[in-house]
Amino acid sequence: MDLILVNLIDGLVTGLLLFMLSAGLTLIFSMMGVLNFAHASFYMLGAYFAYQISLALGFWMGLLIAPLVVGVMGAGVERYGLRRVHQYGHVPELIFTFGLALLIEELVQFIWGKNQLPYAIPDALNFTAFAISGNSIPAYKIFMIFISISIFIGLLYVLTKTRVGMIIQAALSYPRTVEALGHNVPLIFMGVFGVGTALAGVAGVIAGPVLGTFPGMAFVLGSIVFVTIVIGGLGSLWGALIASLLIGWITTFAKSYNIEMENILTGLGISKPESLDDSIFRDFWSLTSPQIADILPYILMVLILIFRPAGLFGKRSS
Amino acid sequence: MTVSDPRTDIPKGARPKEQITTDPSKPAQRMRSGSLVLTLAPWVIASVVLAILPMVFTNNSALTIMNQMSITIVFALAYNMLLGQGGMLSFGHAVYAGVGGFACMHIMNMSDFFSTIPLVILPVFGGLFGMGLAMIVGAFSTRNAGTVFAMISLGVGELIAACSVIIVAFFGGEEGISGDRTYAQPFFGVEFLQQIEVYYLTAGWVVISAALMYLWSRTPVGRMANAVRDNPERAEFLGYSSRWVRFYSFVASGFFAGVSGGLFAINYEILTEENLNTASSGIILLVTFLGGVGFFFGPIIGAIAFTLLQTVLSLSTELWAFYAGVLFLSTVMFFPGGLAGLLMMHVPVFKLGKASTLIMPYLKTLLPAAIGLMGLAALVEMTFHYRHGATGDNEMTVFWTTFDSHTLMPWLVAGAVALIGLGIARATAPALKDAWNEANTAGGAS
Repeated sequence: MDLILVNLIDGLVTGLLLFMLSAGLTLIFSMMGVLNFAHASFYMLGAYFAYQISLALGFWMGLLIAPLVVGVMGAGVERYGLRRVHQYGHVPELIFTFGLALLIEELVQFIWGKNQLPYAIPDALNFTAFAISGNSIPAYKIFMIFISISIFIGLLYVLTKTRVGMIIQAALSYPRTVEALGHNVPLIFMGVFGVGTALAGVAGVIAGPVLGTFPGMAFVLGSIVFVTIVIGGLGSLWGALIASLLIGWITTFAKSYNIEMENILTGLGISKPESLDDSIFRDFWSLTSPQIADILPYILMVLILIFRPAGLFGKRSS
Repeated sequence: MTVSDPRTDIPKGARPKEQITTDPSKPAQRMRSGSLVLTLAPWVIASVVLAILPMVFTNNSALTIMNQMSITIVFALAYNMLLGQGGMLSFGHAVYAGVGGFACMHIMNMSDFFSTIPLVILPVFGGLFGMGLAMIVGAFSTRNAGTVFAMISLGVGELIAACSVIIVAFFGGEEGISGDRTYAQPFFGVEFLQQIEVYYLTAGWVVISAALMYLWSRTPVGRMANAVRDNPERAEFLGYSSRWVRFYSFVASGFFAGVSGGLFAINYEILTEENLNTASSGIILLVTFLGGVGFFFGPIIGAIAFTLLQTVLSLSTELWAFYAGVLFLSTVMFFPGGLAGLLMMHVPVFKLGKASTLIMPYLKTLLPAAIGLMGLAALVEMTFHYRHGATGDNEMTVFWTTFDSHTLMPWLVAGAVALIGLGIARATAPALKDAWNEANTAGGAS
């Protein structure tokens, strides 16, 4: 029971982190109809910028400034890159963001090298918050949960209760009408893109010390983020939240409970072959859940796409 | 070239309105008449060139590069069947090539069976396995084009790449699986012990599969793939199921990707997880787009250019992936037609006989631009060396010049070269644009 509670907290941290990335991505998708492959690269940039700033000004200034810088860069990418490619159609846009992801990874390697950076948890948060029957929960995890939830509430408030949010929502559905009403729709798009990438930057800043700041960090998380928003339904904020938490918990539980395929198969009444060495199913028999924890999201996504192509909360099928 | 009456060449079912507006005196509107000589010429030339190449470049490293080029050509052409001809963007196409290659590797290791077949037909088995996997995946992934298709392809690609570490029996885990091609039945006495024999095998397969893919693009299914790419709704109204058309393209593309995987297995005799992962899928997208997706021969140019770039640049600089990324991104942003598109832009100019008027403006703009870019590259290299070079090792060599990267002088020189070169290019660009417009106008004062 105690272990379940610990895993619930761990999964929540992973899920909320994923949500901070997928929220921006799903907003950008519903706005431009294009999946931003470079989204996780902005997450990586957030971590690297925060590290660089924290060297001079400390962790808290990094948390404040790095997302702003990332957001400005994101807005610049939209204004000078994506808007230009937009005229060629959707497929070149996808390819553009894909190329951008490659380039940012190379750029990061160029500037900071290939090794992991010593970006560490600040001293103020480096203590144990509380312990559940011997399993200590670091304060930094609580801090991550706190930041993510406040961002989610803030985003929800801005989008649904403020005038700016209303205009954004309207611009997502009927850009031409909103433009006819006198709003600067390209500016709104640029802003949403900037805010989305800034959110990814925040995620990078707070995840960098825990998950490691290295050039492959965008790649590790990147494809999972796409999986998340596809499972949740493209363009749905609630779907992104549910799918993020689902993936966070599934992978955490699969890793901490060693469920063996052998037990499942014998439980189903299939007898184990005498010698596994020359059976072609030997890998299937020796499968364990920690082994497949990382590919569970992909299996889930393929299943979702086959049986419910719009995703869990998606309304439209593109 | 035999000139046939255009009116009899119009296929059944074409709208009569087009028949009326077709003016035989305007060559552009005439249906392309089937001149066998003209159609066959590029193929014959390409085959002859492929046959002669090893006599020109005799050393082993050149053969290795040419083999790699050939494999990439087949793969890129297969990929373009999806991206260019079918409008489907796949982020996991390396999986089909990889699975085809792994299947070939297993056949190589089944010595009883392998010794009864000649090596030359091994890629067919690779193709069949790639096709089989494409049929399974295509059954659900081709329902939609665009983003959904791209996402499924990414998911399936990641899934199978991750499986390669788990399912050790088939994929061999981290170290992959290896075999020996020479155990095959000798093919007319050839046992493929030498690199040159493998080269001719690969070259033969390049010609065969390129020809087959070209012919595929001329069949009704291949033509419908274009229609479905451009307007699926309208294709549906014409009575075609866009889903099935996409499925057929996907399966055919899977087959040829598998063939390229089989060629890879023959050439390198080892396959690892690297053949399946997303990075390989990304590279083939890069190659195809660089070459140009709009033309059949685009991926061929892309494969040649990219392989050369990769081998030549990676020998001289650590940063080659960075340059490749910049090149790729600028292709997407400024030349969405790729290299083939750039080449084909010049066809009207040649037809007007004004190509010679472009030479001087091109020289005036592109030469300084190239020099300026070299200056920029030197700056990039120097920054990299300054940041990451070993302490005490201040010497570096850029563009055949050795200097100390910690002194000011080289920075000034490189900066000045970059500024002046790009400045001249920028100043002469309007003249080039005028010359271009002038060259593309029929008649005029030339």
